[in-house]
Amino acid sequence: MATITETAEHLDMTMDVLPEAPHSFMDDDERFTELVRSHRGVSLALTAAMLAVYFGFIMVLAFRRDLLHAAAGGMPLGIPVGFGIIMAATTLTGVYVWWANRRYDGAVRRIVATLKPQGRGRHA
Amino acid sequence: MPEFTSTIGQPNALSIGFFFLFVAFTLGVTWWAARRSRSAAEFYAAGRSVTGFQNGLALAGDYMSAASFLGIAGLVALTGYDGLIYSIGFLVGWPVMMFLVAEPLRNLGKYTFADVVAYRLRQRPVRVAASCGSLMTVAFYLIAQMVGSGSLVHLMFGLPYETAVLVVGVVMIAYVLFGGMLATTWVQIIKAVLLLGGASVMVFLVLQRFGFSPAELFRASAERYGDKVLSPGGLVSNPWDALSLGMALMFGTAGLPHILMRFYTVPDAKAARSSVFYATGFISYFYVLTFIIGFGAMALVGQDVIARFDRGGNMAAPLLAEVTGGTMFLGFIAAVAFATILAVVAGLTLAGATTYAHDLYANVFRRGRSTEEDEVRMAKRATVALGVLAVGLGIAFKGQNVAFMVGLAFAIAASANFPALLMSILWKRFSTFGAVCAIATGATLAVGCIVLSPTVWVEVLHSPWGMAAPFALKNPALFSMPAAFAAGWLGSVLRPEPDAEARFAAQKVRNYLGVGAE
Repeated sequence: MATITETAEHLDMTMDVLPEAPHSFMDDDERFTELVRSHRGVSLALTAAMLAVYFGFIMVLAFRRDLLHAAAGGMPLGIPVGFGIIMAATTLTGVYVWWANRRYDGAVRRIVATLKPQGRGRHA
Repeated sequence: MPEFTSTIGQPNALSIGFFFLFVAFTLGVTWWAARRSRSAAEFYAAGRSVTGFQNGLALAGDYMSAASFLGIAGLVALTGYDGLIYSIGFLVGWPVMMFLVAEPLRNLGKYTFADVVAYRLRQRPVRVAASCGSLMTVAFYLIAQMVGSGSLVHLMFGLPYETAVLVVGVVMIAYVLFGGMLATTWVQIIKAVLLLGGASVMVFLVLQRFGFSPAELFRASAERYGDKVLSPGGLVSNPWDALSLGMALMFGTAGLPHILMRFYTVPDAKAARSSVFYATGFISYFYVLTFIIGFGAMALVGQDVIARFDRGGNMAAPLLAEVTGGTMFLGFIAAVAFATILAVVAGLTLAGATTYAHDLYANVFRRGRSTEEDEVRMAKRATVALGVLAVGLGIAFKGQNVAFMVGLAFAIAASANFPALLMSILWKRFSTFGAVCAIATGATLAVGCIVLSPTVWVEVLHSPWGMAAPFALKNPALFSMPAAFAAGWLGSVLRPEPDAEARFAAQKVRNYLGVGAE
């Protein structure tokens, strides 16, 4: 498996000739595959959560509408549930931003930093 | 109870004054933007200078159309809880767009979503197909907006329908033609702030009358119209219909060209990400406001009065403004609604012009050999052409039932644009043939099925030959979106593209690391 230094050298050598090819090394880089895996995991899990909440709501409306008639805090349960779903949508985007800012961006920076010195050397 | 009287529908000096103030101010912004809208990146993408927060407001502005402000408030006023179900459907697409397409779009593309689909595939066939999907979405959305604007302005100001459509067309062309994306974005931001501000004031004035207790407001509405207004009614009676419409709204948002284009106006993927967070927050807040405005109109204006002014309920919010804040507040809200129409139509026109100039002219007709000046010149010509077309179609469709066109635009976005975009981002073996198959299948099925569905077959065509609607669902997405994914898969398996597969690794690096993003 190629190390990041080897691949960076590879990148340096081939960059002028093949503008796109050098990136192919990344498929062998453990940190990059891990980055892609975690990103896909988080984004698919959050998408699934949003789908479950919304289509769950639709299914309740279609089959058990009576559940939303129950009283809750002086109004039928349907109203707080509806507002809850609106809150959930904003909260889920907030969770994603929090995760991406806290974890993802740092991981990207660390990978990109190991590539840069070589790139700068080339232009010097 | 005394007969309800209103100044709605009479030319109102105050609202016309507010509207002229808005137009004068935004044309000033356009003049300022004109000097910063010369290069392609400036004209299409505001020089990538918009911040995440600003873009969040602009995105929310694109979504908070007059139809959703007046229409949803009216739906709530006339049906109660069902209006909330409707607005939830429009909201849930935003998180999905964020998780699946916002950042890849920003990292991989330049100006349009076709840039992403065509990233490693053959340019011409993919761009032709993606442009068709884009232009169809924009066209249907635009017709619905123009026709809606003509009738709304007529209702509110008593201005003739054709005059209203013409005013919208001329001012909108001025924004886009001279100020490009920068002016369009700022018009959208100003309008979003005015709309959110105006709606907040209205909610404050309503709640003031109920001791700032929403529960009190709901109780007052239920006393007048029965407990049924606080619980789901007949909107979701058929689960398949609800599921299908839900899919169109959820995934269609991530395929609307005028929304996707906004991600190119921010400097990087991080800003694209934060802009969706802000947009989702603003839109959520807006839907909470419209829900309370709807109930306020129900309790304070009354369903019979609202229906007397407009059977669809569109005048609920303006009437409530008049009841709570007098003629002056009505004038302000009416002017904001007019401004809203202008801003949304400008965004759509810019998206259409960009698709034509960047995807079709520069990359298909001229095979990527045109200069940047040529491209911008074509975009400006396309803006004028589209604006004239929009006015023409708006007048041609006067009095027609075009409500289905928004559903259709979402269905095409979800069935043609979104599958191709998602597969090109995630699937290594996606090929040119697969992309063309996916878009062609999705667009054809979406249009074909909606014509055969009860929405058009029964409500617009009045059941030709006395036949029941051949396609049972009101919205085709449940069928057309999976069919588009299947076609994309089948096309890619039948005609694989080893070159494109080899370039996937480079795409992945740029997608996830942002290395080399424009």
